[in-house]
Amino acid sequence: MSTPFYVAPEQVMKDRADYARKGIARGRSLVACTYEDGIVIVAENPSNTLHKVSEIYDRIGFAGVGKYNEFDQLRIAGIRHADMKGFNYSRLDVDALSLANQYAQMLGQTFTHEMKPMEVEILVAEIGDEAEDDQLFHILYDGTVYDRTGYAVLGGDAEAIAARVDEGFEARKDLAGAIKHSRDALAGPDRELPAGDLEVAALGRSNGRRTFLRIEGQALDALVG
Amino acid sequence: MNLPIFSTTEDPGPDFARLAEQAGLVAQPTGDGDVLDLPHGTTCVALRYADGVIIAGDRRATSGNLISYRTMQKVFPSDRHSAVAIAGAAGPAVEMVRLFQLQLEHYEKVEGKELSLDGKARQLSGLLRQNLPAARAGMVVVPLFAGYDRRQEVGRLFQFDVSGGTYEELEYGVTGSGSIHAATVLKLGYRAEQSRDDAINLAIQALYVAADEDSATGLPDFLRGLFPVVATVTTDGYEQLEDDELRERSQALVDELVGRGLPS
Repeated sequence: MSTPFYVAPEQVMKDRADYARKGIARGRSLVACTYEDGIVIVAENPSNTLHKVSEIYDRIGFAGVGKYNEFDQLRIAGIRHADMKGFNYSRLDVDALSLANQYAQMLGQTFTHEMKPMEVEILVAEIGDEAEDDQLFHILYDGTVYDRTGYAVLGGDAEAIAARVDEGFEARKDLAGAIKHSRDALAGPDRELPAGDLEVAALGRSNGRRTFLRIEGQALDALVG
Repeated sequence: MNLPIFSTTEDPGPDFARLAEQAGLVAQPTGDGDVLDLPHGTTCVALRYADGVIIAGDRRATSGNLISYRTMQKVFPSDRHSAVAIAGAAGPAVEMVRLFQLQLEHYEKVEGKELSLDGKARQLSGLLRQNLPAARAGMVVVPLFAGYDRRQEVGRLFQFDVSGGTYEELEYGVTGSGSIHAATVLKLGYRAEQSRDDAINLAIQALYVAADEDSATGLPDFLRGLFPVVATVTTDGYEQLEDDELRERSQALVDELVGRGLPS
């Protein structure tokens, strides 16, 4: 039996992380931020059908960047986890924290044990009864979890976009203001993002039991036009 | 509870019932043992009208000759644009509704779009088929399903039998022990494209007459403020009537009967 070449664990991890980051950087980014009625998620996405943002449960939303088939698999797993938990216990027992931990476990496991890490970053957002209970969990390809306050930026150019979001950021703007601010941060100083290239959805406290609402077509034009 | 990830061959797709079964969350009913004496819910009606459909049910659950529950709800929204009403063994019926609601929502979230109305009726039929062994042991459930078909832009309603047989009705549908009497009232009072007002009054009258003839169906209870649950399903979605409106309409019906000089 031949002895495999020794590669330092640091090197293995670094190679994997670089690989995942490169994959994520190829796609477009998204911004999630709090607004007066909850949380709004604004993604740069020219496709009307391949969604980056979607509903998980009554008060929980999901967003992913990177490789579509990989974050879509995570999205469906999240819906299944939430629906089974709500069915087995009560709708009130489904929460974003436990889901974020499950995602982190799975991504961490894949990062260290599988052939290739998942080339995704995901966001689990939950609105509470009160504005201060809103939560944004940002989870990286290696299972690192961040609990963000106010806003979260996912994607390749996250640092530059986050700097632009931070400039003049107010936690509780009105919906149109929050969408425009996120859009401008995504676009940067050198280009314009038309409404057709945006995918927008909000978790709003005034939306009834299922708080997730897509804002598209004429409704979006009216807000950002 | 772990994150449910499946291999491509075992993936349950958008089917929540199959997912729950794989996860061991639903016990498969068996037909073994004696027939159980369980609380039963009874009469429900549904009818089409100008804007969509109306679905209504009384509030009584009985065990044999005793009233076991006075505030039972038998009419439920199954999603934004459909409703389900149940008659039969109360426990399994409510559980079936819960699973049905989740089936529709789960499909919508996984697939990103609503099931068609026919698809929804088909799902309910599947749940009934699964319940057949339990029905043999006395846990019979017979639902009514009504919804607004957004493709055809009409209200539609479906009756079922214990085995999951699905029958679309063009005018009205009934289920439960008082259904013979309720159906007669609907048959005589039904007009195509009736107004909301007339259709709601007809549904309340149908339940009243059923309760007058069938001891398992409850009359409007003015003492406790309990009235039938009545809901409309239109292009604007499922909407349940407020108690105040139901009290007024029930009172008007009683006044009319008293006015006729009928012994009450």
